[in-house]
Amino acid sequence: MPVEINVDHVARLARLALTDEERERFRAQLGVILDAAERVREVAAEDVPPTAQPVPQTNVFRGDDDPWESLPQEEALAGAPEAEDGRFKVPRIIEAE
Amino acid sequence: MSTELCDLPGHELARMYRAGEASVTEAVESCLRRIEAVDGRVEAFLRVTADEARERARAIDERFVAREDLPAVAGIPLALKDVLCSRGIATTCGSRILETYVPPYDCTPWARLGQAGSVLLGKTNCDEFAMGSSNENSAFGPVHNPWKLDRVPGGSSGGSAAAVAAGEAVWALGTDTGGSVRQPAALCGVVGFKPTYGLISRYGLIAFASSLDTVGTFTRTVRDAATIVSTIGGKDRLDATSLPTESRYLGAGLDDGVSGMRIGVIRDWLGEGVEPGVKAAIEQAIERLARLGVTFEDAALPHAEYALSAYYIIAPAECSSNLARYDGVRYGHRARHAADVIELNSRTRDEGFGDEVKRRIMLGTYALSAGYYEAYYGQAQKVRTLVIRDFEAAFERFDLLLGPTSPTSAFRIGEKAEDPLAMYLSDIFTIPSNLAGNPSISVPCGLDEDGLPVGLQLLGPHLDESTLLRAAYAFEQDLGLSARPPLVEEAVA
Amino acid sequence: MSEYEAVIGLECHVELSTATKMFCGCRNEFGGEPNIRTCPVCLGHPGTLPVPNREAVERTMKIALALDGKVAPRSLFHRKNYFYPDMPKNYQISQYDLPIGTGGHLDVEADGQSRRIGMNRVHLEEDTGKTIHASTTGRIAEADYALEDYNRAGLPLVEVVSEPELRSPEEARAYLQELRALLEALGVSDVRMEEGSLRCDANVSVRPAGREELGTKVEIKNMNSIRSVERAVRFEIDRQREALDRGEPLVQETRHWDEDRGVTTSLRSKEEAFDYRYFPEPDLPPLEPDEEWIAKLRASLPELPAARRRRLVESLELSPEQARILTSEPGWADLFEEAVEASGQLGRSVANWFTQTLMPQVPLERAAGRADTVADVLRLVSDGEISSTAGKEVLVEAIASGRSPSDVVDERGLRQISDLGDVIDRVIAQNPGPVGQFRGGKEGVLGFLVGQVMKETGGAANPQEAQRVLRERLGPG
Ligand SMILES: [Mg+2]
Ligand SMILES: [Zn+2]
Repeated sequence: MPVEINVDHVARLARLALTDEERERFRAQLGVILDAAERVREVAAEDVPPTAQPVPQTNVFRGDDDPWESLPQEEALAGAPEAEDGRFKVPRIIEAE
Repeated sequence: MSTELCDLPGHELARMYRAGEASVTEAVESCLRRIEAVDGRVEAFLRVTADEARERARAIDERFVAREDLPAVAGIPLALKDVLCSRGIATTCGSRILETYVPPYDCTPWARLGQAGSVLLGKTNCDEFAMGSSNENSAFGPVHNPWKLDRVPGGSSGGSAAAVAAGEAVWALGTDTGGSVRQPAALCGVVGFKPTYGLISRYGLIAFASSLDTVGTFTRTVRDAATIVSTIGGKDRLDATSLPTESRYLGAGLDDGVSGMRIGVIRDWLGEGVEPGVKAAIEQAIERLARLGVTFEDAALPHAEYALSAYYIIAPAECSSNLARYDGVRYGHRARHAADVIELNSRTRDEGFGDEVKRRIMLGTYALSAGYYEAYYGQAQKVRTLVIRDFEAAFERFDLLLGPTSPTSAFRIGEKAEDPLAMYLSDIFTIPSNLAGNPSISVPCGLDEDGLPVGLQLLGPHLDESTLLRAAYAFEQDLGLSARPPLVEEAVA
Repeated sequence: MSEYEAVIGLECHVELSTATKMFCGCRNEFGGEPNIRTCPVCLGHPGTLPVPNREAVERTMKIALALDGKVAPRSLFHRKNYFYPDMPKNYQISQYDLPIGTGGHLDVEADGQSRRIGMNRVHLEEDTGKTIHASTTGRIAEADYALEDYNRAGLPLVEVVSEPELRSPEEARAYLQELRALLEALGVSDVRMEEGSLRCDANVSVRPAGREELGTKVEIKNMNSIRSVERAVRFEIDRQREALDRGEPLVQETRHWDEDRGVTTSLRSKEEAFDYRYFPEPDLPPLEPDEEWIAKLRASLPELPAARRRRLVESLELSPEQARILTSEPGWADLFEEAVEASGQLGRSVANWFTQTLMPQVPLERAAGRADTVADVLRLVSDGEISSTAGKEVLVEAIASGRSPSDVVDERGLRQISDLGDVIDRVIAQNPGPVGQFRGGKEGVLGFLVGQVMKETGGAANPQEAQRVLRERLGPG
């Protein structure tokens, strides 16, 4: 059975301003996909540890003694859609609702 | 059969450069002519860097003339999937959101190839952010399969696969997150190699799903695959997940043969849902390898059937986080006239991302959200453990495993576009290797009844690239496939 | 009004003073032009990857050990996902259920009482960039655009979280002072609240005294000094008490400390909207320090403020208060111990010079390394060459100007004349007229007599001292 998902809530979390048409389509498609994905619940038992990385490694570091050259300010800002006084410019920030 | 330089394998060009039988400039010009001749129909390239390629070819030629001892990859014309960053050359991921993005740095694989004298021809088309199995998800239009132009080349590295198949590049790099190198290689009739996760640095590979993304190669021969991966592999201090291995030549012992090798046939992968033409080609391949001295037995990966479900939780979850940075603030597309930052982010992302990308971001955001994490992501990670254990158990009995790369040959453009779930099934045999991180290769093993290529997939244990390549090479040499896409025959005629 | 008990937990963010950022090689510095210490990694460019700074990880482990906590045998970085333009990747690499350090405690003294405050966790994360809200009023709600500087983005940031075991604003202040002293002693951070290298949020709730379950928790942000934390916590406790007394329900929310007005104001309540979607950072392998590594770090820990205080009280016989003041900054305690050594004088008396004269009047940067100067001054006083009043003047001046104490003494004519009493007796005997006038109430004549003393001593006498002795000898008018 397709899973019911709160498309509006998820779209807000993901910062996607979906159109009404997209909302409807995704609601249906995601429900079907999630229904299929739920198969993972059939097998995984309590005592199975999760795997986050396929080839395990531990303790990988860089040394702190070798600073590298940063980008010049112009290059850092080169891709910015808008900049002012050496800073990236964005419209006003309203605290998240 | 008449052949142009652009249709030769890399190791043959390398020999000719050294013997004075061909120059890098000639090889590059040959590729550029082929691109000119066929790319209007194949549409493999998003950007051709002809001037830079010519200039570089001249420089490498001078070094050959001066009898410098250059690396094996020197002067070989190469294409890069457009998810691999190239300094000063736009890198778009096949997405509107990065249409204007010019990276200030090179990805490690290209940096190493460039250092070794490779010549970049351009950037190839792909599914947007590498999400897809048909290359129909590119914001810049689909790629056409050189064997039949109304067919998909596979995906997501469809442009790289098609470019090598059509002689537009001698070899190419792609990325494989759930089969995105092996599946298009199978559908385009070229060799597609995904080494062990972490053998090749991911630095500069624009992330889709970090714990699955692997750089892979498209070549005309197995030997070439060994050569490129030997050049670009090995520890990179810019990627904490790259393995602490020295770069070593993986082709050593390539022609030692397969006599006495034990290979397990994943029997479940030759059942329902697999096209008869694919099945027949794989069974012939098994017979051929058996004649060469391989012992076969059936193998089982009991949890592989859950791999697809786990993949469609893990990959979207990581993607939802990896793609959060495309927000219209620092680079890339920005929506106009937004009143505040939330609107700026939301409209930028709605305008900039295509359908499949949005679908996966939504899926992943949901799977990680409060109350669902354990049910989805947590469980999927456990399935991952089970798949890894399956492989470990199988590799106790077998040197390698074998199955088809894809259940079908190249399907028609548009055929599965409206049914995401059907499309996802294209990767059903390639995904387990991504979840477990083990090396796998797709080698052409013949044509089906429609004259479309079929790929044989060999799977090996972690970091045993050598055995995998040895078997693939023995098979390739014995088969001696000579068929080429009609488009190529026409171009050389 | 009912009896209430306050429950306070502090969450401190400590910016480490490493040479480079947490996950890239950009320099870790303060100030300068915006966006000059960024690279593709800390700008969150597509395709870039984090590689952890070993030194930052070790410093975090040291903080955990110094708090007497455990370093986890296995810890993980997680991604904390939320959109904010000061965060280049729109997720923060942080830690979640497997932090580097857990448990431990900090002993805190307030109101003459020492209490052991439990620690919850010590974790490592990356800092965000800095946002300027551009508007004339400075109020976020009225800004019309914002500007982002990513120099700070990606600096190593350690989060130190206490258990909610503090009970008063004074304890909160003492906790912060103690934590700052500890971090300072470890040498892991500049711990300057004004520069933002130490930042603190407080969780405050109140409950009827004796009740077990916690009241409604309020988080307070935007306090940029230890004093403002104390003030904000005090304000908030009062606010909550009064609300409860009036029977008003409290809401779980985040409040903003307004330093100028001395009040906390409500930001929007956020509990519903924030869903950080934590998951293990796939770009970073787990940290699994072995026993040997942890033991090595433990052995490398310097003497910590609490131990030092104990030693100063026990072996140098300081008062607990003196020891507390001296160890609030390890630099002062170092100088103090050097001065005791160099002067050979009693700890308690040297400590007085520090707590009453030097520390209130001279910045540590000027005094550091000048133990010999301090010892010289102390010796001048104990030898009777100068008065102790003059000693204070000489000490401050010599340290501030960098000159030798005896130069200062000579220049200011502070040297005490050992036979000043004899000279004064002589002047009194030789000037019966003026002496009589002074005794008759003519104050002005004193100046003349001092002048005579100066003349007799060739200017070596201290005029104030001469005046004091003259008055003494001449008796009250
Ligand atoms: Mg934090
Ligand atoms: Zn940086």
